[in-house]
Amino acid sequence: MKPKKPFMLVAGAISGIFVLALIGVMVLMTNDTPRSGRFGAAFSLVNDQGEAVDRSIFKGNPSLVYFGYTHCPEVCPTTLYEVAGYLDALGEDGLPLKTYLFTVDPERDTPEVMKGYVTAFSDRITGVTGKPEEMTKVIAGWKAFARKQPNPSGGYSMSHTMDLFLIGADGRLKGLIPYGADHNEAVEKIRATLL
Amino acid sequence: MIRNKIAGAGAILCTMLAFGVAEGHEFKVGQIEIGHPYSRAMLPVAKVGGGYMKLTNNGAADRLVSATSARAGSVEFHEMKMNGAIMEMRELDSGIALPAKSTVELKPGGYHVMFMNVTQPFKEGEMVKATLVFEKAGPVDVEFSVGPVAGEKGHGAHAEHGK
Repeated sequence: MKPKKPFMLVAGAISGIFVLALIGVMVLMTNDTPRSGRFGAAFSLVNDQGEAVDRSIFKGNPSLVYFGYTHCPEVCPTTLYEVAGYLDALGEDGLPLKTYLFTVDPERDTPEVMKGYVTAFSDRITGVTGKPEEMTKVIAGWKAFARKQPNPSGGYSMSHTMDLFLIGADGRLKGLIPYGADHNEAVEKIRATLL
Repeated sequence: MIRNKIAGAGAILCTMLAFGVAEGHEFKVGQIEIGHPYSRAMLPVAKVGGGYMKLTNNGAADRLVSATSARAGSVEFHEMKMNGAIMEMRELDSGIALPAKSTVELKPGGYHVMFMNVTQPFKEGEMVKATLVFEKAGPVDVEFSVGPVAGEKGHGAHAEHGK
């Protein structure tokens, strides 16, 4: 009996640590995941036609929302081509979907620049820009991330969230599609969560 | 109709030729080989383009310190890093180190050349001339072959690569 007790103690301690670690991971993951609640922030921006845009665009229609910028050599064009591909694959089923590119670089991305950029991918993507402080509200509201990274030799780049946000007609976040996701899986996810 | 077909065949042939050239080309300066510099077609309003290549240093440690191109206001070196779901971009202002006898690949998602303030967006099939300057090996003229827009290739070939 004697040798069993220390073993039990050790086992108990190990499982205790394990449970604590698990809770820690779960807390971290919850903090990390953009909120699944309703989008609450009020904001005032413009679309690529220069028309006013406010938080009501997240309601009434399911939408695909991406935070990117036009001075982005790789990730943004790749994602937007993927998105155009999802819309093609969904065909008529996807007609209720609205698709938005919110620029994380509103200083350089004017409505005209946004218009030229998004239409190169699809006529179904709408660019949204405006005052930087208003854009910050949308980014923070969805718990996305964007930060200006000054370049030592002048100018700047943007660090930003790469996920595509799937937002339901009720204005709630239904899911995310990560960068580099499989095309078919992404299309199925959109179908399952938004259509 | 026939004219269309000929044009189509011509386009395919051009693409094949461009592709063939693009796959093979290489430059050399001192002990450094610059393998297949390539870029991507830019969108009509885009101002920046990425450049990628494989640098093989067969000699002593060196450094890619700068680059210029008539097609860009300036040319920088950047590092892209994926930190979870966040894409981080930063300029490598001291260039790209090439340790002795090593290979450093500039590729999407990592180190890359950034053509800044491009006034005439790169078009698929063209060659973009640039000069790379190495700290020890010195300058070398290279050409970046321009491929399809980022993502476009993957878009058409999903069934194939299954990714």
